[in-house]
Amino acid sequence: AAVWLGYLLNSALSLFPADIISTVEFNYSGELLATGDKGGRVVIFQHEQESKNRPHLRGEYNVYSTFQSHEPEFDYLKSLEIEEKINKIRWLPQQNAAHFLLSTNDKTIKLWKISERDKRAEGYNLKDEDGRLRDPFRITSLRVPVLMPMDLMVEASPRRIFANAHTYHINSISVNSDHETYLSADDLRINLWHLEITDRSFNIVDIKPANMEELTEVITAAECHPHQCNVFVYSSSKGTIRLCDMRAAALCDRHSKFFEEPEDPSSRSFFSEIISSISDVKFSHSGRYMMTRDYLSVKVWDLNMENRPVETYQVHEYLRSKLCSLYENDCIFDKFECCWNGSDSAIMTGSYNNFFRMFDRNTRRDITLEASRESSKPRATLKPRKVSTGGKRKKDEISVDSLDFNKKILHTAWHPKDNVIAVAATNNLYIFQDKIN
Amino acid sequence: MFPKGTKRKFSDSGEEPVPSGEQGQPAPSAAARTLSSSYSLQRQSLLDMSLIKLQLCHMLVEPNLCRSVLIANTVRQIQEEMTQDGTWQIMTQALAAAQCPADRLVATEVLCRQTDMAAQAGQSPKPFSVVGLEEGYHSEEVVMDGDGDTEVTMSTLSTVSPQLSSASYLPGPFGMGPCWEEEEEEGECEEDEEEDSEECVSEGEEADRDHLTGDSRTGEQVFGTFEIKHPAPPPDPALEELFSDVDASYYDLDTVLTGMQSAPKMGPYDLLESLSSHGPTALSSSTSCRSDLNELDHIMEIIVGS
Repeated sequence: AAVWLGYLLNSALSLFPADIISTVEFNYSGELLATGDKGGRVVIFQHEQESKNRPHLRGEYNVYSTFQSHEPEFDYLKSLEIEEKINKIRWLPQQNAAHFLLSTNDKTIKLWKISERDKRAEGYNLKDEDGRLRDPFRITSLRVPVLMPMDLMVEASPRRIFANAHTYHINSISVNSDHETYLSADDLRINLWHLEITDRSFNIVDIKPANMEELTEVITAAECHPHQCNVFVYSSSKGTIRLCDMRAAALCDRHSKFFEEPEDPSSRSFFSEIISSISDVKFSHSGRYMMTRDYLSVKVWDLNMENRPVETYQVHEYLRSKLCSLYENDCIFDKFECCWNGSDSAIMTGSYNNFFRMFDRNTRRDITLEASRESSKPRATLKPRKVSTGGKRKKDEISVDSLDFNKKILHTAWHPKDNVIAVAATNNLYIFQDKIN
Repeated sequence: MFPKGTKRKFSDSGEEPVPSGEQGQPAPSAAARTLSSSYSLQRQSLLDMSLIKLQLCHMLVEPNLCRSVLIANTVRQIQEEMTQDGTWQIMTQALAAAQCPADRLVATEVLCRQTDMAAQAGQSPKPFSVVGLEEGYHSEEVVMDGDGDTEVTMSTLSTVSPQLSSASYLPGPFGMGPCWEEEEEEGECEEDEEEDSEECVSEGEEADRDHLTGDSRTGEQVFGTFEIKHPAPPPDPALEELFSDVDASYYDLDTVLTGMQSAPKMGPYDLLESLSSHGPTALSSSTSCRSDLNELDHIMEIIVGS
């Protein structure tokens, strides 16, 4: 496993709930890193060039653009507030100088264009420099406006608003590999959109029962296949994953593949279903595997094998004996995300006490690290952490009972090419990178 | 499909609902009874906890559907297991015999009316067969255990109408609260709305009264909620007429009332909007809602500051 240098970015801005980071996502090149927060804001960081005086570091990520993506709304029909919290951000592949991303709250998806402006035209004929119209009789000569450099300005403008298509809360958006369509999933339905068309979408999955009293299962996450534009998967609260082929039918209620691991009867409890609920599903970059995160573990599935995962990694098995308390304080419903590294050789997911875990799929080694201000001074090496499960607690180990369950790492992202990771710890963003030789 | 787990036997049940994965040896009967009552106590507290969680999610602005589904499934699991073990019927019988406090009459009346409706409709037989008392488990264990938990449990269920059977505990959390129904866009049955608003009245009223008396018997409301909802009983014409002019914002009565006690998520204009839309004509025609009207008047006075 790589030795991780850590440096802290964005030190504690504030402790207001509005700043709680709710999503983190690198763009396709890794140059940009977007975060969304509970207050509906999007903050984009840009990778700076390596600095000459610190050549061993790859270069920091600095704030590139900040904008308010979503505002709180009020649904008058139902007398309910619609939160402005950004649930997901997904970047579009870059096609020109501008960058595009999709951001969504519970109900509305927006396409944002982020563009740079570093030149300004000066010397207009009809207007003054401050924009006032010039008196036509004063214009005695004709000149060509000249482009003058100006301070870099990054503008974000909403280009599309995809609204009114979801009755329930949107939990996922995923851009299709055709770069023309994307899907959005809520608790009971999945819609397919065209990026250019905002007034309608296709409903491709609908698991809403005729009688809501019969509802026992909801959609928890969905993702498009990275290469096959007709394939997508969605996970459920019962621990199942369905792979669907859009060529088969207009409504993909019948899955093409059904992934479920049989339950272990010896570990059955009243909490079995809750901890089997899948909180995140991610295809590998290769498209051959997918990864699912449930409450206690991460599983890697081969798309060609439906009856069980090919790899299972325990994230925090020591919590299994604490499920009743975690149910009582609602922590058992926390939705942890997971991510692959660029080469699909490692996976990462978060835990409590600001711990996050990385698993090397080849060596089967795993490491627990902590995202905290104390342990991430610049150029400091991150120290592996350990939770003591037995009776005796070794030095430097933390006992399960002293874990802080309010410090949860739900959102992590891995650079698509390099060993750089972004970890969101409540309202702090940590960016770590490994040592360059 | 979610497979049913192995049935727990009281003679070798583990200490907690969360198993260690072991099946213990059959213990001596006294020890087994202790173990099993400990297990059933924990199971009961898990049930209460779950019901409270479901109830609380009715009061939130927009509940998390996934969480609610998972909690409701857990409740259903417990309910199924308790029915199989026969404890469910014991519990309902014991509660039926318990006294109903006078100040809960309003809620009880509302509950009973719903029960009558269901009885009139000729409800289909209960989905689970109620198993008789099993060896090693007696009703005295539940009632006379002397444990605080058990006693609280019994009193929280005291509003259960004697006519109620275990059929009324059918999985119906998704039809009952305003949350689920409000998620519907079109095609929402009017009768569902009425039932929801009716039960919101009792819920909210209870919540208000509970808070005022400082007695947090939210479990009462929760079970009350469970009592009300049956799988699609036919609409009572009297009720339909009663609630025909109640609009969607009436759902928020319990939210409004509870919101007044704690930090309200809605602003004051929402409060006024919700309350002012409740015409006195709709409420006064029902005796069970008369106290609601008084509550509303009281709240309106506070807001208007008269």
